[in-house]
Amino acid sequence: MSEIHFREMASKSWLNILTFLCGSAVGFVLCSQLLSILLEEQKDIQPSILHNDPHARHSDDNEQNHLEGQMNFDADASQHKDENTDIAEKLYQKVKILCWVMTGPQNLEKKAKHVKATWAQRCNKVLFMSSEENKDFPAVGLKTREGRDQLYWKTIKAFQYVHDHYLEDADWFMKADDDTYVILDNLRWLLSKYNPEEPIYFGRRFKPYVKQGYMSGGAGYVLSKEALKRFVEAFKTDKCTHSSSIEDLALGRCMEIINVEAGDSRDTTGKETFHPFVPEHHLIKGYLPRTFWYWNYNYYPPVEGPGCCSDLAVSFHYVDPTAMYELEYLVYHLRPYGYLYRYQPALPEKILKEFFV
Amino acid sequence: MLSESSLFLKGVLLGSVFCALITMLGHIKIDYGKRTHHHERHHLQAPNKEDILKISEDERTELSKSFRVYCIILVKPKDVRLWAAVKETWAKHCDKAEFFSSENVKVFESVNMETNDMWLMMRKAYKYAFDKYRDQYNWFFLAHPTTFAIIENLKYFLLKKNSSQPFYLGHTAKSGDLEYVSVGGGIVLSIESIKRLNSLLSIPEKCPEKGRMVREVSEDKQLAVCLKYAGVFAENAEDSKGKDVFNTKSVGIFIREAMTNHPNQVVEGCCSDMAITFNGLTCNQMYVMMYGVYHLRAFGHVFNDVLVFLPVNGSDND
Repeated sequence: MSEIHFREMASKSWLNILTFLCGSAVGFVLCSQLLSILLEEQKDIQPSILHNDPHARHSDDNEQNHLEGQMNFDADASQHKDENTDIAEKLYQKVKILCWVMTGPQNLEKKAKHVKATWAQRCNKVLFMSSEENKDFPAVGLKTREGRDQLYWKTIKAFQYVHDHYLEDADWFMKADDDTYVILDNLRWLLSKYNPEEPIYFGRRFKPYVKQGYMSGGAGYVLSKEALKRFVEAFKTDKCTHSSSIEDLALGRCMEIINVEAGDSRDTTGKETFHPFVPEHHLIKGYLPRTFWYWNYNYYPPVEGPGCCSDLAVSFHYVDPTAMYELEYLVYHLRPYGYLYRYQPALPEKILKEFFV
Repeated sequence: MLSESSLFLKGVLLGSVFCALITMLGHIKIDYGKRTHHHERHHLQAPNKEDILKISEDERTELSKSFRVYCIILVKPKDVRLWAAVKETWAKHCDKAEFFSSENVKVFESVNMETNDMWLMMRKAYKYAFDKYRDQYNWFFLAHPTTFAIIENLKYFLLKKNSSQPFYLGHTAKSGDLEYVSVGGGIVLSIESIKRLNSLLSIPEKCPEKGRMVREVSEDKQLAVCLKYAGVFAENAEDSKGKDVFNTKSVGIFIREAMTNHPNQVVEGCCSDMAITFNGLTCNQMYVMMYGVYHLRAFGHVFNDVLVFLPVNGSDND
């Protein structure tokens, strides 16, 4: 009897030990899971790096609506200490550019947001044009529908809106898409040689259909104040009508009718500055097949390879969000220390005079 | 039943207490480890502008010319397109660049290492470079053809560093106790380091041609082991803000990561303004980087650099 009892006791204590071990294993696993989750969260808290933005020192700028430079440039403050932006600042004041970005409700967060975080801040004023108003973004509502066939309508209404509200706030009026990357400093250099009271507009010049050529929509184009006035007036007097849904072509036709000159936007060595594609498509020989429409459209002899693109390029198109930031990094941050660039264009006369007054 | 469930619960309690204890101890150890690692993990920083300004104008010109960088690019026939891209782009900015290939490839000039083994290629290349160029170059930069390098930024980084000291730098990583420079980010050796390496190459106990491990050890780790015997230790190169200047990833990857991790500070949090290398580039991306670094810029942003590096003679790609 006592033997059986003993065995019972033994098996019971084995069971007890097993139960205890099971319990401790479960406790261990649960606890480790919990701790690992807690510790991961701690690692995710990034230190925020905020420094003074030297690019936003626009002391003379009294623009109320000026979109403040949200982006703080200095990941590496000491590098930017070496940077002298006097000329860029001077041009900012002398060559006032209002940018309007063609976008839509679906693209505000997907695309326009990244434009806003990068190049848009360098415009003297920037407006995001959509079919419907969005007070938070903010975006202007043009009260049109969306879609590729609405582009010309949106363009006409956008320019009208800009003309009615901001005509005196800028000298030049730039249209871009939400997948266009624009280098404002270089646009100012290009435009500084011209007078905004002249009827002229610039972009990537295409030759078909319009005698003087017309500017590619995607690569962006910029109208002088006089050109804008004439454009808006032309719709009031029916000189131009909403003739087609092909935005850039229709605009180009109108420009010709109202005697606005299609300007030559190439740099002093003849290299193009406005680009209808991303750098890769222009820089790589053979990337764009010979049968591609582009080769027959370009007004000036098209070039592929290193000669395609000016050092002082103004725009690129079909730029996805990642590429927006990549371009921002390559243009405004990464540089070869001490390197003497081959292309050293002169400052425009007008600006030089200002400097030495 | 009751005694069993209470036993179970006691077990759970003990288990979690045990686990918490171990985790805490582990963390203390890691933290302590990190601190000691911080000391052990050598960091090297870029020079300060103030230091450079103290040097006179004449000395600065001499200084610009005193960096003679010899570039070793290890290639295999399958890399032929990348090879061409590197040759036409950044390699032109080395004082001299030579391609070391596993075998002879028609149309492409290279030094034939006659082996497919990366470690053997590396050893032979370093030996060749040292034997032939020890008197002409003082810094030796080794890379794969997937890497894009900005030699001017490398020279700037090396500004206050004496090449007669044993420098071994790049993007470091750890494998157990071994700290080594990842070949993906590029490896920089001073003349002193390569000299010491060269004397060890003939000692199989210290620097074996075949690693003693059963599994294959990558060539960059083997190099570190070898150099350690010569008293040369890996150092991670950083800019004045602590950002890596040698990168084993491409700009695109950094940007994508930044867009996920800190979407409000994408470019700031991305990469150093004085980055020296990026890795993992395609052939096309080499040309894009060349344009983006040596051409594309914003007008009116002027840098008062204390040293001047002139563009390469006769080159049209920069």
